[in-house]
Amino acid sequence: MVAMVNIPETAAPGEIVEVKILISHPMETGFRTGADGKLVPRNIIHDFRCLYGGTEVFRAEIFPAIAANPFLGFFLRAVETAEVELLWTDETGEEHSERRTLTVG
Amino acid sequence: MTPRPTRRTAMALVLAGPLALRLSPASATPDTMRAALDAFTGGAAVTEGRVTLNVPLLVENGNAVPLKVSVESPMTEDEFVEEVAIFNELNPLPDVIRFRFTPASGRAAAETRIRLNGSQNVHAIARMSDGSLWSAVTDVIVTAPACAET
Amino acid sequence: MMLRAALLTGALATVATAEERRTGYEMMSPDLRAMQDDEMSNPGMLWVAEGAALWDTPEGEAGLSCADCHGGAEQSMAGVAARYPAWDEDSGAPVDLAGRIGLCRTRHQNAGAWDRESRPLLALAAFVSRQSKGVPITPDSDPRLDPWRDTGRVLFETRMGQLNLACANCHDDHAGGHLAAATIPEAHPTGYPQYRLQWEEMGGLHRRFGNCMAGVRAEPFASGSPEYIALELFLMSRAAGLEMEAPAVRP
Repeated sequence: MVAMVNIPETAAPGEIVEVKILISHPMETGFRTGADGKLVPRNIIHDFRCLYGGTEVFRAEIFPAIAANPFLGFFLRAVETAEVELLWTDETGEEHSERRTLTVG
Repeated sequence: MTPRPTRRTAMALVLAGPLALRLSPASATPDTMRAALDAFTGGAAVTEGRVTLNVPLLVENGNAVPLKVSVESPMTEDEFVEEVAIFNELNPLPDVIRFRFTPASGRAAAETRIRLNGSQNVHAIARMSDGSLWSAVTDVIVTAPACAET
Repeated sequence: MMLRAALLTGALATVATAEERRTGYEMMSPDLRAMQDDEMSNPGMLWVAEGAALWDTPEGEAGLSCADCHGGAEQSMAGVAARYPAWDEDSGAPVDLAGRIGLCRTRHQNAGAWDRESRPLLALAAFVSRQSKGVPITPDSDPRLDPWRDTGRVLFETRMGQLNLACANCHDDHAGGHLAAATIPEAHPTGYPQYRLQWEEMGGLHRRFGNCMAGVRAEPFASGSPEYIALELFLMSRAAGLEMEAPAVRP
């Protein structure tokens, strides 16, 4: 799975930084019929989390109304140099992740 | 992968021609959305305000509509936004997304792209750490592209 | 009904001159332009990223990657998409970029063919086309391409399908007008492969041709067919000088 992540590499203590992620995923709603007239099984990313230094700072519960190849943007407050971990799970149950280090100083 | 159109599906597409522009979005809130909204609020009072919901007024395609939401809050341990839920009126499911924030978020703001099955109202409801509920609503006109596949 | 109204109201429209040409990008809402412009927001960049990885991946019995022959795409592929389709000596016919990538696979990598609308082919084509971003379209001057361009022009101007419409009826005569709520573009292929919101994925120019033909209730030609190659050659000459923008985002 391809994902593109944008997090600043460095930040000042207390600075609020923006996290953006674009994930390659069909976000199949489960409401669409295929060429054979049968419903295409639902396959969406339904859970997304952002951990900073191992603590959850942001989470999203996602429904089929989120566009294919989902894009998410949100913020976190930089307090210390630590790993930012982005984790998401789709209908296959498999958890995917991207990690970046945010250097604060 | 979307199948290539055959002559038959092509004809069906043209004949179906879902190109009509709805000038006035539905004003009545459908029951399913109301139920989902009540489940989120627990039936408590919701006050309009503190929430800013940005969705374009008119979009060329409902498959990826940019949505930004932000809520006024100091985002401290004592006072922060816990959750913002987005609802729609006309999709098969009323829920769109729920953003869960923490004081470490720093700012109660998020953006994504949503699917809208036609022109309608989009609702955002924020639940604060003190339990109070705040909301914003905006209407979107969704047009459809010409000569599309299914 | 809407179509007939559109045709009647467009009677004053004239063929756009070079200076007046507008790409589909210029006709989009600011929101969609922003989606395309920001690399972190443009979903087509996911395919470009996949293509960049494929460029360096050995393929086929020859075990060769694109980079083994061509080196870094930033140099070797710069401007290439802006001059395609080009003449292929061995087959004695023009090939488009997707066709050229297919020939590289079969001739040099000894690898199996990829479907023209398959994800890896679209990814590689998007990656290669991205190397021409901002480059003005400069059609290949090989005179052997000229008869193909002429055929493409004939196809563009020939009425087809049960609605009996030529490409030119919409994209020359009524460009900038509306088909119901949708703006009719001038049909300049500046950004293929492109991410169409309607597709919710990347697709090639020939897939788009198929959508147009379905729209006028004509039986589409096959992707990669000589007819579509000819039409692409004509459209690229018609769009000469406009800047490449792949991967474009369109409604």
